[in-house]
Amino acid sequence: MPAVSKGDGMRGLAVFISDIRNCKSKEAEIKRINKELANIRSKFKGDKALDGYSKKKYVCKLLFIFLLGHDIDFGHMEAVNLLSSNKYTEKQIGYLFISVLVNSNSDLISLINNAIKNDLSSRNPTFMNLALHCIANVGSREMAEAFAAEVPRILVAGDTMDSVKQSAALCLLRLNRTSPDLVLMGEWTARVVHLLNDQHLGVVTAATSLITTLAQKSPEDFKTSVSLAVARLSRIVSSASTDLQDYTYYFVAAPWLSVKLLRLLQCYPPPEDGAIRGRLTECLETILNKAQEPPKSKKVQHSNAKNAVLFEAISLIIHHDSEPTLLVRACNQLGQFLQHRETNLRYLALESMCTLASSEFSHEAVKTHIETVINALKSERDVSVRQRAVDLLYAMCDRSNAKQIVAEMLSYLETADYSIREEIVLKVAILAEKYAVDYTWYVDTILNLIRFAGDYVSDEVWYRVIQIVINRDEVQGYAAKTVFEALQAPACHENLVKVGGYILGEFGNLIAGDSRSSPLIQFDLLHSKFHLCSVPTRALLLSAYIKFINLFPEVKGTIQEVLRSDSQLRNADVELQQRAVEYLRLSSIASTDILATVLEEMPPFPERESSILAKLKRKKGPGNLHPDLDENRKERSANGGTADHSSTTSNAKSSPLSFVGDLLAPASTAPPTNRPRPVSSSYLLQAPLTPIPLQASAVPVLLSAGPLFQVAASPTPSTDLLGLGSTITTQNSAPPASKGTSLLVDVFSENIAAFPVETPVAVGPVADENFSRFVCKNNGVLYENQLLQIGLKSEFRQNLGRMYVFFGNKTSTQFMNFAASVVCQDTLQAQLNVHAKPADPTVDGGAQLQQILNIECMSDFVDAPVLNIQFRYGGTLQNVAVKLPITLNKFFQPTEMTSQDFFQRWKQLGAPQQEVQKIFKAKHSMDTEVTKAKIMGFGAALLDGVDPNPSNFVGAGVIHTKTTQVGCLLRLEPNTQAQMYRLTLRTSRDTVSQRLCDLLSEQF
Amino acid sequence: MQFMLLFSRQGKLRLQKWYVPLSDKEKKKITRELVQTVLARKPKMCSFLEWRDLKVVYKRYASLYFCCAIENQDNELITLEIIHRYVELLDKYFGSVCELDIIFNFEKAYFILDEFLLGGEAQDTSKKNVLKAIEQADLLAEENRPRQFFFSLLS
Repeated sequence: MPAVSKGDGMRGLAVFISDIRNCKSKEAEIKRINKELANIRSKFKGDKALDGYSKKKYVCKLLFIFLLGHDIDFGHMEAVNLLSSNKYTEKQIGYLFISVLVNSNSDLISLINNAIKNDLSSRNPTFMNLALHCIANVGSREMAEAFAAEVPRILVAGDTMDSVKQSAALCLLRLNRTSPDLVLMGEWTARVVHLLNDQHLGVVTAATSLITTLAQKSPEDFKTSVSLAVARLSRIVSSASTDLQDYTYYFVAAPWLSVKLLRLLQCYPPPEDGAIRGRLTECLETILNKAQEPPKSKKVQHSNAKNAVLFEAISLIIHHDSEPTLLVRACNQLGQFLQHRETNLRYLALESMCTLASSEFSHEAVKTHIETVINALKSERDVSVRQRAVDLLYAMCDRSNAKQIVAEMLSYLETADYSIREEIVLKVAILAEKYAVDYTWYVDTILNLIRFAGDYVSDEVWYRVIQIVINRDEVQGYAAKTVFEALQAPACHENLVKVGGYILGEFGNLIAGDSRSSPLIQFDLLHSKFHLCSVPTRALLLSAYIKFINLFPEVKGTIQEVLRSDSQLRNADVELQQRAVEYLRLSSIASTDILATVLEEMPPFPERESSILAKLKRKKGPGNLHPDLDENRKERSANGGTADHSSTTSNAKSSPLSFVGDLLAPASTAPPTNRPRPVSSSYLLQAPLTPIPLQASAVPVLLSAGPLFQVAASPTPSTDLLGLGSTITTQNSAPPASKGTSLLVDVFSENIAAFPVETPVAVGPVADENFSRFVCKNNGVLYENQLLQIGLKSEFRQNLGRMYVFFGNKTSTQFMNFAASVVCQDTLQAQLNVHAKPADPTVDGGAQLQQILNIECMSDFVDAPVLNIQFRYGGTLQNVAVKLPITLNKFFQPTEMTSQDFFQRWKQLGAPQQEVQKIFKAKHSMDTEVTKAKIMGFGAALLDGVDPNPSNFVGAGVIHTKTTQVGCLLRLEPNTQAQMYRLTLRTSRDTVSQRLCDLLSEQF
Repeated sequence: MQFMLLFSRQGKLRLQKWYVPLSDKEKKKITRELVQTVLARKPKMCSFLEWRDLKVVYKRYASLYFCCAIENQDNELITLEIIHRYVELLDKYFGSVCELDIIFNFEKAYFILDEFLLGGEAQDTSKKNVLKAIEQADLLAEENRPRQFFFSLLS
């Protein structure tokens, strides 16, 4: 019989659900819900006390409404009341409501905790279970504080019922995940470990999960679990399929428990004790043997359960990475699955083989499956399976098969799903560079990448090819010839134009002897693409042209003609205009000698491997004999993975123009070189060679090149942030060659390493408790938990800023795989660029790691970027997300003005949308000096004697963004009697007024 | 396991269980995104996919999709069987369960899930034990209230 007869129905609820289901439209549904909400509200508010049943019914209706996706803002109190009902169903609904809808209303939390406490001590197992389920479901810090000590006691008490033990074990597991610092097993440790010996398999199942989590946190304490786990596993594996009764699942003995035990063993290295080790090996062999036996059932549940155990066993074998025979057997087994008719198994086999490929014992065995994997790439109908095949090809690639694998990936790229193209491009680029014996193959491969999937070739890929060509004489002629030929195509990708422009500008002379690629033909070819390109590419081409003037005096006239045309000299884009003006001037007044020096070939870049490669090597290094399996898996996916993409795309969006400029200009000792930042020509004449005073064009040069110079030269936080004023001359005028050149590489690695591990973690709350404290100040502690402290130091100038983030490891254990990345979401992406310099992947215990963020404000913005931090602390992956206090007011420049000026401007900004006003209650004491300090900290100039009322404060300043500057006036009127403030903001932009008002009003 | 979602072919969410703390806004966003992704997949495709930094395991039973998000090191196949075991439990309890049972008795679906999975891990994998726990609870309920006639509108 259906549930109709079970439990107690709530007729009103059923009618309500039917009503909702019968609603023909969303509007009708909302109407019905609002009617119900009004009804419930009136019942809850009514004078008549509701009986338990009605209360339960209404709470249940609210729950239903919430689960439909509507907000519920009342009823919590009634639900809490239900908790203390002695009727089971009422209590149960109360707990369900609390579990689904808790909010951190502290009054209620203490009431809830009280009810839980009562139920825990009730000795009624059903009530105890309800209470434990609630703690496990909510898992909040408050609950951990209240119950982390009590639950272990229940778990190990001799008289606790089995079902309660199970709930207690998993409840503790949840608390340990959310608040590991509060769950201290201490004296209970041994008794918890011994639960592995419990007679009740349900208790063992729950306890194994708990022990695994605890062992990840403190492996040493739970070491004794290894022998018990092996013994238990051995008994299960060797049992007849009926021995375990209800724990046998479709003829497989206790598959869940087996998987969990195998998982627990992956927290440890192979057992040192020979006997235990032998017994474990036996278990693993038996599991492998069973895979070869004919199935006991045709049901998919049978094969799934059996293979679940098998895959977990293989994971353990890979984790131990010490038994060559087992590794090879595992590989053969997976090889069989590669051709299985079940898509799920093919997927898992590809995935699992990826980790096998990194073991020295099984790498060769994995390679024998190359044809099958290539075939999977071509014939699998499911993109997620093809993706696994790409991953595996990448993992099994070495010098012996690189050409084949790269060729297959390239040809797959032409038809590949859009979702994975960028990833494949990156992988091909890495493999081609890593295994290149002759660099003509490398150049061809990268050009093919651009040809087949130009849109998916991120900047660092084409930067890298240029870097390599410049460093290797033997490939320069070939590269010039190849790009020249590639550019002949009537439609070619802009990335090809960039590479072509750069390479011909440097090495066009190497092919100029051939009349088919004479200087003029080369120039015409490049210039035929010019008008189709974006501004950054055009800027790059202009630099190629000035290089041509040096390489080929015979085309000087033609090029000067082009530079002189109105479309260049009067181009609406300042960058292009400036380059045209300066190059034209340079070419007309500088002597050939000077030109030759200034436009000299780029010096080689210091040999340094790209950061993607460095990362790969680290992973395969000798120190990795017992790699954490998941770490391996993760790193792998991150290396090849989607992560690089999200990061590159966000980078690509960040002001490409200044990026190209910054990147390439400082790379030379003698600007302007191939891609110089424009330099004012009048100064060029006075000092044509090295130090070029930049005062005339100080602002643009400084804005973009400044920070980068400094980063390379002296990353100390104390130096003037943007090198304004005096620093600028010293910094820009004589950058030592080595520092200058290493910059390019730095920037390259930064591009990739800025977001090193995985996609930004979306799961988990973003901490913002301290956010508002930073609105009026720049330094301090932003975030702190029991493991990590994050401190900030920042400086802002005009629309730029730099933030020094200090990550302090509060523990004595090293943080591994440490990575921090900054994410600007949605609209913020276009409004704010935040560039994170790469930082070390490890933070020693007690040590501090510094990371530098370069910030550029493009336009006014509201949201704040999020700093995502990830690291491994003793086996567990920690995720922290913190809102970074980069607020619009940081880009304030104070403006001093007279009273007259102030009020004149105040009147000019009189349009209604320009003014935002807020009246609010004082949250702090209304101290004049503190208020003054806050306004100045906010960034505005505090104007004394402007307001006729001396107790008012007025301020003025300009918000600098890359696109505009917004003048801002503010006035704060305190009313000490009423303890109120009135804050008025007037700016020329309504969004700016609103945002500044919101930010500042929170401060008083 | 980080969360479990049950939704219909029309994309209506029927049950949601979260084992990690997330804001309502994030939950809604994740749900929207995953429902879309899973519904877009063709019948013969594999039951696993990479999603953000998690693995998603899903299976369709009649008109309902059961979808779990697990962490990287978790076992996909055993998660598929967790789903199946849950469906078996629902089936046994409701007697040949259908989507309507879960809509009208959503609270029961949550209770059964809690008896089976806690904190994202299997509590007890014995069907008998889990059903026994639920039946005991129902017995308690019967003692509390006289039995009522319940939906004749359901067929």
